Amino acid sequence: MRFVTVSGPPAVGKTAVIIKTLEHIKQAGSKVGVVKFDCLATDDDALYRKQGIAVRKGLAGALCPDHYFVSNVEECVQWGLAEGLDVLVSESAGLCNRCSPHIREVLAVCVIDNLSGTDAPRKIGPMLKAADVVVITKGDIVSQAEREVFAARVRMVNPKAAIMHVNGITGQGSFELGTLWTGTKETTTVEGLKLRFSMPAALCSYCLGETRIGADYQMGNVRKMDLDLPTGTKTDGGPGAPGVSGGGS
Amino acid sequence: MSGIPAGLTVEAALGRWPFLSQFLEDRELAGLLDTPQVPLAEALDDGLLHELAEFIAAMESFLGTREDEVRELTIKGGQAKDGSPEKVQELTIRVGEVICIVGPTGSGKSRLLADIEWVARGDTPTGRHVLIDGEEPDDRWRFGSGPKLVAQLSQNMNFVMDLAVEEFLILHAESRQAADPRDKIQRIWNWANELAGEPFALDTPVTSLSGGQSRALMIADTAVLSASPVVLIDEIENAGIDRRQALDILIKQEKIVLMATHDPILALMGDRRVVIENGAMVKVIAPSARERANLDELKALDERLMELRRRLRAGEALDEI
Repeated sequence: MRFVTVSGPPAVGKTAVIIKTLEHIKQAGSKVGVVKFDCLATDDDALYRKQGIAVRKGLAGALCPDHYFVSNVEECVQWGLAEGLDVLVSESAGLCNRCSPHIREVLAVCVIDNLSGTDAPRKIGPMLKAADVVVITKGDIVSQAEREVFAARVRMVNPKAAIMHVNGITGQGSFELGTLWTGTKETTTVEGLKLRFSMPAALCSYCLGETRIGADYQMGNVRKMDLDLPTGTKTDGGPGAPGVSGGGS
Repeated sequence: MSGIPAGLTVEAALGRWPFLSQFLEDRELAGLLDTPQVPLAEALDDGLLHELAEFIAAMESFLGTREDEVRELTIKGGQAKDGSPEKVQELTIRVGEVICIVGPTGSGKSRLLADIEWVARGDTPTGRHVLIDGEEPDDRWRFGSGPKLVAQLSQNMNFVMDLAVEEFLILHAESRQAADPRDKIQRIWNWANELAGEPFALDTPVTSLSGGQSRALMIADTAVLSASPVVLIDEIENAGIDRRQALDILIKQEKIVLMATHDPILALMGDRRVVIENGAMVKVIAPSARERANLDELKALDERLMELRRRLRAGEALDEI
Protein backbone atom coordinates (compact mmCIF):
# COMPACT_ATOMS: atom_id res chain seq x y z
CA MET A 1 0.00 0.00 0.00
CA ARG A 2 1.17 3.52 -0.79
CA PHE A 3 0.84 5.80 2.21
CA VAL A 4 0.88 9.60 1.89
CA THR A 5 0.65 12.19 4.67
CA VAL A 6 -1.13 15.37 3.62
CA SER A 7 -1.08 18.40 5.89
CA GLY A 8 -1.71 22.11 5.63
CA PRO A 9 -3.32 25.05 7.37
CA PRO A 10 -7.12 25.07 7.75
CA ALA A 11 -9.26 25.97 4.74
CA VAL A 12 -6.57 25.77 2.06
CA GLY A 13 -8.42 23.03 0.20
CA LYS A 14 -6.74 19.83 1.40
CA THR A 15 -9.91 17.78 1.13
CA ALA A 16 -10.70 19.08 -2.37
CA VAL A 17 -7.16 18.32 -3.57
CA ILE A 18 -7.27 14.82 -2.07
CA ILE A 19 -10.68 14.04 -3.59
CA LYS A 20 -9.66 15.23 -7.07
CA THR A 21 -6.37 13.36 -6.91
CA LEU A 22 -7.84 10.10 -5.61
CA GLU A 23 -10.51 10.27 -8.31
CA HIS A 24 -7.82 9.77 -10.97
CA ILE A 25 -6.18 6.99 -9.00
CA LYS A 26 -9.54 5.28 -8.50
CA GLN A 27 -10.31 5.54 -12.21
CA ALA A 28 -7.12 3.65 -12.93
CA GLY A 29 -8.58 0.75 -10.90
CA SER A 30 -6.94 1.28 -7.52
CA LYS A 31 -8.65 1.12 -4.16
CA VAL A 32 -8.20 4.33 -2.19
CA GLY A 33 -8.88 5.49 1.36
CA VAL A 34 -8.44 8.45 3.67
CA VAL A 35 -8.00 8.92 7.38
CA LYS A 36 -9.15 12.39 8.30
CA PHE A 37 -7.78 13.96 11.47
CA ASP A 38 -9.48 16.98 12.92
CA CYS A 39 -10.00 18.66 16.27
CA LEU A 40 -13.59 19.18 17.17
CA ALA A 41 -15.84 18.34 14.26
CA THR A 42 -15.67 17.45 10.60
CA ASP A 43 -18.14 16.51 7.92
CA ASP A 44 -15.44 15.76 5.41
CA ASP A 45 -15.83 12.03 5.99
CA ALA A 46 -19.25 12.30 4.36
CA LEU A 47 -17.67 14.07 1.37
CA TYR A 48 -15.16 11.27 0.94
CA ARG A 49 -17.79 8.59 1.33
CA LYS A 50 -19.91 10.25 -1.33
CA GLN A 51 -16.97 9.91 -3.72
CA GLY A 52 -16.66 6.21 -2.99
CA ILE A 53 -13.52 6.68 -0.94
CA ALA A 54 -13.12 4.51 2.17
CA VAL A 55 -12.76 6.81 5.16
CA ARG A 56 -12.14 6.86 8.89
CA LYS A 57 -12.13 10.01 10.98
CA GLY A 58 -10.29 10.82 14.15
CA LEU A 59 -11.24 13.77 16.33
CA ALA A 60 -8.51 14.81 18.72
CA GLY A 61 -10.94 16.60 21.03
CA ALA A 62 -9.05 17.80 24.08
CA LEU A 63 -5.75 16.36 22.92
CA CYS A 64 -3.12 18.05 20.80
CA PRO A 65 -4.15 16.96 17.28
CA ASP A 66 -0.64 16.18 16.15
CA HIS A 67 0.10 14.04 19.20
CA TYR A 68 -3.21 12.31 18.57
CA PHE A 69 -2.16 11.72 14.98
CA VAL A 70 1.17 10.17 15.83
CA SER A 71 -0.39 7.97 18.52
CA ASN A 72 -2.81 6.51 15.99
CA VAL A 73 -1.00 6.47 12.70
CA GLU A 74 0.22 2.85 12.88
CA GLU A 75 -3.32 1.65 13.53
CA CYS A 76 -4.49 3.70 10.54
CA VAL A 77 -1.92 2.03 8.31
CA GLN A 78 -3.09 -1.37 9.55
CA TRP A 79 -6.70 -0.38 8.83
CA GLY A 80 -5.73 0.58 5.28
CA LEU A 81 -4.00 -2.76 4.76
CA ALA A 82 -6.97 -4.67 6.17
CA GLU A 83 -9.28 -2.79 3.78
CA GLY A 84 -7.04 -3.84 0.92
CA LEU A 85 -6.28 -0.25 -0.08
CA ASP A 86 -3.73 0.54 -2.76
CA VAL A 87 -3.38 4.14 -1.65
CA LEU A 88 -4.01 5.52 1.86
CA VAL A 89 -3.91 9.24 2.59
CA SER A 90 -3.84 10.81 6.02
CA GLU A 91 -5.25 14.31 6.14
CA SER A 92 -4.51 16.62 9.03
CA ALA A 93 -4.59 20.36 9.58
CA GLY A 94 -1.48 21.97 10.98
CA LEU A 95 -3.21 24.10 13.53
CA CYS A 96 -0.47 25.95 15.34
CA ASN A 97 2.10 25.61 12.55
CA ARG A 98 4.50 24.20 15.07
CA CYS A 99 4.06 20.51 14.28
CA SER A 100 4.10 18.37 11.23
CA PRO A 101 2.73 14.87 10.75
CA HIS A 102 5.42 14.04 8.22
CA ILE A 103 7.22 10.76 8.71
CA ARG A 104 10.61 9.83 7.34
CA GLU A 105 10.36 7.44 4.38
CA VAL A 106 6.66 8.27 3.85
CA LEU A 107 5.71 10.70 1.07
CA ALA A 108 4.96 14.05 2.72
CA VAL A 109 2.65 16.56 1.05
CA CYS A 110 1.95 20.07 2.34
CA VAL A 111 -0.98 22.03 0.89
CA ILE A 112 -1.03 25.83 1.10
CA ASP A 113 -2.96 28.47 -0.80
CA ASN A 114 -2.02 31.54 -2.74
CA LEU A 115 -4.35 33.67 -0.66
CA SER A 116 -2.56 33.14 2.61
CA GLY A 117 -0.15 36.03 2.01
CA THR A 118 3.50 36.12 1.03
CA ASP A 119 4.73 35.75 4.60
CA ALA A 120 2.74 32.59 5.11
CA PRO A 121 5.42 30.16 3.87
CA ARG A 122 7.83 31.40 6.52
CA LYS A 123 5.23 31.10 9.25
CA ILE A 124 4.08 27.60 8.42
CA GLY A 125 7.19 25.87 9.69
CA PRO A 126 8.02 22.17 9.71
CA MET A 127 5.01 20.84 7.84
CA LEU A 128 6.10 22.94 4.86
CA LYS A 129 9.84 22.82 5.45
CA ALA A 130 9.94 19.04 5.74
CA ALA A 131 7.55 18.22 2.88
CA ASP A 132 8.55 16.36 -0.30
CA VAL A 133 5.76 17.92 -2.33
CA VAL A 134 4.26 21.35 -1.81
CA VAL A 135 0.85 21.79 -3.41
CA ILE A 136 -0.26 25.39 -3.96
CA THR A 137 -4.00 25.93 -4.40
CA LYS A 138 -6.35 28.75 -5.40
CA GLY A 139 -4.02 29.82 -8.19
CA ASP A 140 -6.99 30.53 -10.43
CA ILE A 141 -8.00 33.61 -8.48
CA VAL A 142 -4.68 35.41 -8.20
CA SER A 143 -2.41 36.95 -10.79
CA GLN A 144 0.49 35.10 -12.40
CA ALA A 145 2.86 37.51 -10.65
CA GLU A 146 1.46 36.69 -7.23
CA ARG A 147 1.72 32.98 -7.97
CA GLU A 148 5.37 33.41 -8.88
CA VAL A 149 6.12 35.50 -5.80
CA PHE A 150 4.40 32.94 -3.61
CA ALA A 151 6.21 30.00 -5.20
CA ALA A 152 9.52 31.81 -4.72
CA ARG A 153 8.74 32.27 -1.02
CA VAL A 154 7.91 28.58 -0.72
CA ARG A 155 11.15 27.74 -2.49
CA MET A 156 13.13 29.78 0.04
CA VAL A 157 11.65 27.79 2.91
CA ASN A 158 11.92 24.43 1.20
CA PRO A 159 14.48 24.41 -1.61
CA LYS A 160 14.12 20.71 -2.35
CA ALA A 161 10.41 20.00 -2.61
CA ALA A 162 8.53 19.55 -5.87
CA ILE A 163 6.16 22.52 -6.08
CA MET A 164 2.87 21.77 -7.81
CA HIS A 165 -0.12 23.97 -8.57
CA VAL A 166 -3.42 22.17 -8.14
CA ASN A 167 -6.91 23.56 -8.54
CA GLY A 168 -9.25 21.90 -6.06
CA ILE A 169 -12.34 22.94 -8.02
CA THR A 170 -11.46 22.02 -11.60
CA GLY A 171 -8.92 19.39 -10.60
CA GLN A 172 -6.24 20.94 -12.79
CA GLY A 173 -2.91 19.45 -11.71
CA SER A 174 -4.48 16.64 -9.66
CA PHE A 175 -3.78 13.90 -12.19
CA GLU A 176 -0.12 14.89 -12.08
CA LEU A 177 -0.09 14.93 -8.28
CA GLY A 178 -1.61 11.44 -8.31
CA THR A 179 1.31 10.06 -10.30
CA LEU A 180 3.56 11.03 -7.39
CA TRP A 181 1.30 9.30 -4.90
CA THR A 182 1.07 6.04 -6.82
CA GLY A 183 4.76 6.21 -7.61
CA THR A 184 5.91 6.39 -4.01
CA LYS A 185 7.23 3.33 -2.27
CA GLU A 186 5.23 0.66 -0.44
CA THR A 187 4.43 1.02 3.25
CA THR A 188 3.39 -2.00 5.30
CA THR A 189 3.99 -0.48 8.71
CA VAL A 190 5.19 2.81 10.14
CA GLU A 191 6.25 1.24 13.39
CA GLY A 192 9.82 2.17 14.17
CA LEU A 193 9.86 5.00 11.62
CA LYS A 194 10.59 8.49 12.86
CA LEU A 195 8.77 11.79 12.60
CA ARG A 196 10.66 14.25 10.43
CA PHE A 197 10.28 16.92 13.10
CA SER A 198 9.78 16.47 16.82
CA MET A 199 6.47 17.46 18.39
CA PRO A 200 6.56 20.45 20.74
CA ALA A 201 7.92 20.01 24.20
CA ALA A 202 4.82 20.99 26.10
CA LEU A 203 3.25 19.33 29.01
CA CYS A 204 1.69 21.79 31.37
CA SER A 205 -1.42 21.98 33.46
CA TYR A 206 -3.33 23.57 30.57
CA CYS A 207 -2.62 20.50 28.43
CA LEU A 208 -4.44 18.57 31.11
CA GLY A 209 -7.56 20.70 31.15
CA GLU A 210 -6.71 23.51 33.56
CA THR A 211 -8.68 26.69 32.77
CA ARG A 212 -7.83 29.01 35.66
CA ILE A 213 -5.17 31.70 35.23
CA GLY A 214 -2.40 32.34 37.74
CA ALA A 215 0.84 30.92 39.04
CA ASP A 216 -0.88 28.53 41.41
CA TYR A 217 -2.40 26.72 38.49
CA GLN A 218 0.66 26.60 36.24
CA MET A 219 2.57 23.38 36.51
CA GLY A 220 5.03 21.50 34.36
CA ASN A 221 6.57 22.99 31.26
CA VAL A 222 5.74 26.67 31.60
CA ARG A 223 7.75 29.45 30.04
CA LYS A 224 7.24 33.16 30.58
CA MET A 225 7.67 35.85 27.93
CA ASP A 226 10.41 38.34 28.53
CA LEU A 227 8.50 41.62 28.53
CA ASP A 228 11.09 43.65 30.39
CA LEU A 229 8.52 44.83 32.94
CA PRO A 230 9.50 47.50 35.45
CA THR A 231 10.18 46.09 38.91
CA GLY A 232 7.14 46.04 41.09
CA THR A 233 4.72 45.38 38.19
CA LYS A 234 1.98 43.02 39.17
CA THR A 235 2.51 39.59 37.63
CA ASP A 236 0.94 36.29 38.42
CA GLY A 237 4.25 35.33 39.98
CA GLY A 238 4.42 32.16 37.94
CA PRO A 239 7.56 30.23 37.17
CA GLY A 240 10.14 32.37 35.40
CA ALA A 241 8.47 35.63 36.47
CA PRO A 242 10.77 38.36 37.80
CA GLY A 243 12.09 37.44 41.18
CA VAL A 244 10.84 33.89 41.05
CA SER A 245 13.24 31.05 40.48
CA GLY A 246 12.61 27.69 38.88
CA GLY A 247 10.13 26.64 36.20
CA GLY A 248 10.71 27.69 32.60
CA SER A 249 12.43 25.66 29.90
CA MET B 1 33.47 21.32 -0.90
CA SER B 2 30.68 23.68 -0.02
CA GLY B 3 31.08 25.78 -3.13
CA ILE B 4 31.41 28.91 -1.01
CA PRO B 5 34.81 30.58 -1.42
CA ALA B 6 36.75 30.48 1.85
CA GLY B 7 37.41 34.20 2.15
CA LEU B 8 33.92 35.36 1.11
CA THR B 9 32.65 37.83 3.68
CA VAL B 10 29.07 38.03 4.86
CA GLU B 11 28.71 41.36 3.04
CA ALA B 12 30.09 40.06 -0.26
CA ALA B 13 27.90 36.98 -0.06
CA LEU B 14 24.80 39.10 0.51
CA GLY B 15 25.73 41.25 -2.47
CA ARG B 16 25.90 38.16 -4.63
CA TRP B 17 22.90 36.33 -3.21
CA PRO B 18 20.50 38.83 -1.60
CA PHE B 19 18.17 35.99 -0.60
CA LEU B 20 20.79 34.84 1.94
CA SER B 21 19.43 37.23 4.55
CA GLN B 22 16.29 35.14 4.71
CA PHE B 23 18.35 31.96 5.12
CA LEU B 24 20.25 33.48 8.02
CA GLU B 25 17.13 34.87 9.69
CA ASP B 26 15.35 31.56 9.46
CA ARG B 27 18.20 29.89 11.30
CA GLU B 28 18.38 32.63 13.89
CA LEU B 29 21.71 33.77 12.53
CA ALA B 30 20.59 37.30 11.71
CA GLY B 31 23.30 38.48 14.11
CA LEU B 32 25.82 37.77 11.34
CA LEU B 33 24.38 40.70 9.41
CA ASP B 34 26.00 42.97 12.02
CA THR B 35 29.44 41.63 11.25
CA PRO B 36 29.61 42.10 7.48
CA GLN B 37 33.39 41.69 7.26
CA VAL B 38 33.54 38.20 8.78
CA PRO B 39 34.14 35.43 6.26
CA LEU B 40 31.10 33.16 6.01
CA ALA B 41 33.20 30.04 6.17
CA GLU B 42 34.45 31.08 9.60
CA ALA B 43 31.06 32.07 10.96
CA LEU B 44 29.21 28.88 10.06
CA ASP B 45 29.95 25.27 10.90
CA ASP B 46 30.37 22.63 8.20
CA GLY B 47 26.79 21.42 8.43
CA LEU B 48 25.38 24.90 7.96
CA LEU B 49 27.82 25.67 5.16
CA HIS B 50 26.69 22.57 3.36
CA GLU B 51 23.04 23.51 3.86
CA LEU B 52 23.80 27.01 2.64
CA ALA B 53 25.47 25.73 -0.53
CA GLU B 54 22.44 23.57 -1.27
CA PHE B 55 20.12 26.50 -0.67
CA ILE B 56 22.10 28.71 -3.02
CA ALA B 57 22.14 26.04 -5.72
CA ALA B 58 18.38 25.52 -5.45
CA MET B 59 17.62 29.25 -5.49
CA GLU B 60 19.90 29.85 -8.46
CA SER B 61 18.21 27.15 -10.43
CA PHE B 62 14.79 28.47 -9.42
CA LEU B 63 15.69 31.95 -10.58
CA GLY B 64 17.53 30.60 -13.59
CA THR B 65 17.22 32.11 -17.02
CA ARG B 66 16.25 28.94 -18.75
CA GLU B 67 13.52 30.70 -20.71
CA ASP B 68 16.04 31.30 -23.48
CA GLU B 69 16.41 27.62 -24.00
CA VAL B 70 12.95 26.85 -25.31
CA ARG B 71 12.61 27.58 -29.02
CA GLU B 72 9.77 25.26 -29.91
CA LEU B 73 7.24 22.82 -28.52
CA THR B 74 6.13 19.71 -30.36
CA ILE B 75 2.96 17.88 -29.42
CA LYS B 76 2.85 14.27 -30.62
CA GLY B 77 -0.73 13.03 -30.86
CA GLY B 78 -2.10 10.28 -28.62
CA GLN B 79 -5.66 9.04 -28.63
CA ALA B 80 -9.18 10.47 -28.45
CA LYS B 81 -11.60 9.71 -25.62
CA ASP B 82 -12.93 6.69 -27.56
CA GLY B 83 -9.43 5.29 -27.96
CA SER B 84 -9.06 6.07 -31.66
CA PRO B 85 -5.79 7.68 -32.71
CA GLU B 86 -5.68 11.46 -32.51
CA LYS B 87 -6.19 12.96 -35.97
CA VAL B 88 -3.47 15.57 -35.61
CA GLN B 89 -0.39 13.46 -34.99
CA GLU B 90 2.12 16.26 -34.73
CA LEU B 91 1.95 19.96 -33.99
CA THR B 92 5.03 22.12 -33.61
CA ILE B 93 4.74 25.61 -32.13
CA ARG B 94 7.61 28.06 -32.29
CA VAL B 95 8.55 31.03 -30.15
CA GLY B 96 6.65 34.12 -31.24
CA GLU B 97 3.63 32.17 -32.48
CA VAL B 98 0.09 32.62 -31.24
CA ILE B 99 -1.96 29.41 -31.29
CA CYS B 100 -5.66 29.45 -30.53
CA ILE B 101 -7.42 26.45 -29.07
CA VAL B 102 -11.11 26.05 -29.88
CA GLY B 103 -13.70 23.41 -29.07
CA PRO B 104 -16.85 22.96 -27.01
CA THR B 105 -16.86 22.68 -23.21
CA GLY B 106 -15.67 19.24 -22.15
CA SER B 107 -13.93 18.60 -25.49
CA GLY B 108 -10.51 18.34 -23.88
CA LYS B 109 -9.00 21.83 -24.19
CA SER B 110 -7.93 21.83 -20.56
CA ARG B 111 -6.37 18.40 -20.90
CA LEU B 112 -4.32 19.56 -23.90
CA LEU B 113 -3.05 22.53 -21.93
CA ALA B 114 -2.37 20.29 -18.93
CA ASP B 115 -0.41 17.90 -21.16
CA ILE B 116 1.77 20.81 -22.25
CA GLU B 117 2.24 22.08 -18.72
CA TRP B 118 3.17 18.62 -17.44
CA VAL B 119 5.33 17.94 -20.52
CA ALA B 120 3.46 14.67 -21.12
CA ARG B 121 5.49 11.58 -21.90
CA GLY B 122 2.74 9.22 -22.91
CA ASP B 123 1.85 9.03 -19.21
CA THR B 124 -1.34 11.11 -19.21
CA PRO B 125 -4.86 9.93 -20.16
CA THR B 126 -4.35 11.11 -23.77
CA GLY B 127 -1.06 9.30 -24.33
CA ARG B 128 0.42 12.46 -25.86
CA HIS B 129 4.09 13.31 -25.88
CA VAL B 130 5.36 16.86 -25.60
CA LEU B 131 8.85 17.57 -26.89
CA ILE B 132 10.88 20.66 -26.14
CA ASP B 133 13.19 21.69 -28.95
CA GLY B 134 12.60 18.29 -30.52
CA GLU B 135 13.56 16.26 -27.49
CA GLU B 136 11.75 14.51 -24.68
CA PRO B 137 12.86 16.56 -21.67
CA ASP B 138 13.80 15.22 -18.25
CA ASP B 139 11.90 15.87 -15.02
CA ARG B 140 13.10 19.40 -14.43
CA TRP B 141 10.03 21.09 -15.93
CA ARG B 142 7.84 18.95 -13.71
CA PHE B 143 9.61 18.98 -10.38
CA GLY B 144 12.77 20.96 -10.91
CA SER B 145 13.37 23.96 -8.74
CA GLY B 146 13.28 26.24 -11.78
CA PRO B 147 10.33 28.13 -13.26
CA LYS B 148 7.27 26.31 -14.57
CA LEU B 149 6.90 25.82 -18.33
CA VAL B 150 3.59 27.66 -18.53
CA ALA B 151 2.49 31.02 -17.15
CA GLN B 152 -1.28 31.47 -17.03
CA LEU B 153 -3.41 34.53 -17.51
CA SER B 154 -7.04 33.81 -16.96
CA GLN B 155 -10.18 35.79 -17.02
CA ASN B 156 -11.08 35.58 -13.35
CA MET B 157 -7.69 36.39 -11.89
CA ASN B 158 -7.30 39.24 -9.47
CA PHE B 159 -4.65 41.02 -7.53
CA VAL B 160 -5.14 40.09 -3.91
CA MET B 161 -2.13 41.85 -2.43
CA ASP B 162 -2.81 45.27 -1.10
CA LEU B 163 0.11 47.14 -2.62
CA ALA B 164 0.75 50.05 -4.97
CA VAL B 165 1.61 49.11 -8.56
CA GLU B 166 5.27 49.93 -8.04
CA GLU B 167 5.61 48.02 -4.76
CA PHE B 168 3.87 45.10 -6.36
CA LEU B 169 6.26 45.05 -9.32
CA ILE B 170 9.28 45.43 -7.02
CA LEU B 171 8.10 42.42 -5.05
CA HIS B 172 7.78 40.36 -8.21
CA ALA B 173 11.14 41.56 -9.56
CA GLU B 174 12.79 40.74 -6.24
CA SER B 175 11.34 37.27 -6.11
CA ARG B 176 12.80 36.72 -9.59
CA GLN B 177 16.09 38.42 -8.63
CA ALA B 178 15.70 40.27 -11.92
CA ALA B 179 18.61 42.28 -13.32
CA ASP B 180 17.85 46.02 -13.75
CA PRO B 181 14.60 45.90 -11.80
CA ARG B 182 14.05 49.68 -12.15
CA ASP B 183 14.23 49.48 -15.91
CA LYS B 184 11.92 46.47 -16.05
CA ILE B 185 9.34 48.06 -13.77
CA GLN B 186 9.32 51.19 -15.90
CA ARG B 187 8.88 49.11 -19.04
CA ILE B 188 5.99 47.11 -17.55
CA TRP B 189 4.26 50.27 -16.39
CA ASN B 190 4.65 51.98 -19.78
CA TRP B 191 3.36 48.98 -21.68
CA ALA B 192 0.45 48.42 -19.32
CA ASN B 193 -0.59 52.03 -19.74
CA GLU B 194 -0.40 51.75 -23.52
CA LEU B 195 -2.49 48.59 -23.44
CA ALA B 196 -5.10 49.90 -21.07
CA GLY B 197 -5.67 53.25 -22.69
CA GLU B 198 -6.81 54.77 -19.40
CA PRO B 199 -3.57 55.54 -17.59
CA PHE B 200 -2.76 54.70 -13.98
CA ALA B 201 0.08 55.83 -11.75
CA LEU B 202 2.88 53.81 -10.18
CA ASP B 203 1.43 54.61 -6.77
CA THR B 204 -2.10 53.47 -7.65
CA PRO B 205 -3.05 50.51 -5.43
CA VAL B 206 -3.34 47.36 -7.57
CA THR B 207 -6.66 46.55 -5.96
CA SER B 208 -8.21 49.76 -7.29
CA LEU B 209 -7.24 49.19 -10.93
CA SER B 210 -10.11 48.71 -13.38
CA GLY B 211 -10.58 45.34 -15.05
CA GLY B 212 -8.84 46.52 -18.22
CA GLN B 213 -5.96 48.09 -16.28
CA SER B 214 -5.47 44.93 -14.18
CA ARG B 215 -5.34 42.73 -17.24
CA ALA B 216 -2.97 45.14 -18.98
CA LEU B 217 -0.67 45.12 -15.97
CA MET B 218 -0.78 41.32 -15.71
CA ILE B 219 0.08 40.88 -19.37
CA ALA B 220 2.94 43.38 -19.35
CA ASP B 221 4.25 41.91 -16.10
CA THR B 222 4.11 38.35 -17.42
CA ALA B 223 5.84 39.40 -20.63
CA VAL B 224 8.73 41.09 -18.85
CA LEU B 225 9.16 39.29 -15.53
CA SER B 226 7.84 35.76 -15.89
CA ALA B 227 10.49 33.15 -16.65
CA SER B 228 8.00 30.72 -18.15
CA PRO B 229 8.50 30.41 -21.92
CA VAL B 230 4.88 29.55 -22.66
CA VAL B 231 2.00 31.88 -21.84
CA LEU B 232 -1.50 30.49 -21.72
CA ILE B 233 -4.31 33.00 -22.05
CA ASP B 234 -7.87 32.11 -21.24
CA GLU B 235 -9.76 34.70 -23.32
CA ILE B 236 -8.95 38.41 -23.20
CA GLU B 237 -12.04 40.46 -22.62
CA ASN B 238 -12.39 43.21 -25.11
CA ALA B 239 -13.17 45.82 -22.51
CA GLY B 240 -10.48 48.39 -21.89
CA ILE B 241 -7.50 46.70 -23.50
CA ASP B 242 -5.80 46.68 -26.90
CA ARG B 243 -5.71 42.96 -27.57
CA ARG B 244 -3.54 42.98 -30.69
CA GLN B 245 -0.91 44.97 -28.87
CA ALA B 246 -1.16 42.66 -25.86
CA LEU B 247 -0.28 39.69 -28.05
CA ASP B 248 2.53 41.65 -29.73
CA ILE B 249 4.11 42.45 -26.38
CA LEU B 250 4.19 38.78 -25.44
CA ILE B 251 5.58 37.75 -28.83
CA LYS B 252 8.25 40.41 -28.64
CA GLN B 253 9.45 38.83 -25.39
CA GLU B 254 9.90 35.52 -27.22
CA LYS B 255 6.97 33.77 -25.66
CA ILE B 256 4.96 30.97 -27.13
CA VAL B 257 1.35 32.09 -26.76
CA LEU B 258 -1.54 29.65 -26.40
CA MET B 259 -4.99 31.12 -26.25
CA ALA B 260 -8.22 29.35 -25.37
CA THR B 261 -10.83 31.55 -26.99
CA HIS B 262 -14.14 31.58 -28.78
CA ASP B 263 -13.94 35.22 -29.68
CA PRO B 264 -13.79 35.42 -33.49
CA ILE B 265 -11.52 38.47 -33.46
CA LEU B 266 -8.98 36.88 -31.13
CA ALA B 267 -9.17 33.56 -32.96
CA LEU B 268 -8.39 35.26 -36.28
CA MET B 269 -5.50 37.15 -34.69
CA GLY B 270 -3.80 33.82 -34.00
CA ASP B 271 -1.30 32.34 -36.44
CA ARG B 272 -3.12 29.01 -36.37
CA ARG B 273 -5.96 27.45 -34.46
CA VAL B 274 -6.29 23.94 -33.18
CA VAL B 275 -9.72 22.36 -33.08
CA ILE B 276 -10.37 19.96 -30.19
CA GLU B 277 -13.14 17.39 -30.33
CA ASN B 278 -13.82 14.37 -28.16
CA GLY B 279 -10.50 14.69 -26.36
CA ALA B 280 -8.35 14.95 -29.48
CA MET B 281 -6.82 17.56 -31.78
CA VAL B 282 -8.78 17.04 -34.99
CA LYS B 283 -7.73 19.95 -37.17
CA VAL B 284 -5.18 22.75 -37.40
CA ILE B 285 -6.44 25.75 -39.33
CA ALA B 286 -4.31 28.62 -40.56
CA PRO B 287 -6.54 31.64 -41.21
CA SER B 288 -7.17 32.00 -44.95
CA ALA B 289 -6.81 35.27 -46.83
CA ARG B 290 -10.59 35.63 -46.70
CA GLU B 291 -10.65 35.09 -42.96
CA ARG B 292 -7.97 37.72 -42.55
CA ALA B 293 -10.00 40.11 -44.67
CA ASN B 294 -13.05 39.38 -42.53
CA LEU B 295 -11.07 40.35 -39.48
CA ASP B 296 -11.35 44.01 -40.52
CA GLU B 297 -15.11 43.72 -40.80
CA LEU B 298 -15.33 41.99 -37.42
CA LYS B 299 -13.30 44.74 -35.85
CA ALA B 300 -15.62 47.36 -37.31
CA LEU B 301 -18.61 45.47 -35.90
CA ASP B 302 -16.90 45.25 -32.57
CA GLU B 303 -16.21 48.96 -32.51
CA ARG B 304 -19.85 49.68 -33.24
CA LEU B 305 -20.87 47.53 -30.32
CA MET B 306 -18.35 49.27 -28.08
CA GLU B 307 -19.74 52.61 -29.15
CA LEU B 308 -23.25 51.48 -28.22
CA ARG B 309 -21.93 50.41 -24.85
CA ARG B 310 -20.35 53.80 -24.35
CA ARG B 311 -23.62 55.52 -25.23
CA LEU B 312 -25.54 53.30 -22.85
CA ARG B 313 -23.12 54.14 -20.08
CA ALA B 314 -23.50 57.84 -20.83
CA GLY B 315 -27.24 57.51 -20.28
CA GLU B 316 -28.25 57.82 -23.92
CA ALA B 317 -31.18 56.05 -25.58
CA LEU B 318 -30.44 53.46 -28.25
CA ASP B 319 -33.41 54.19 -30.51
CA GLU B 320 -30.99 54.90 -33.32
CA ILE B 321 -28.10 52.50 -33.71
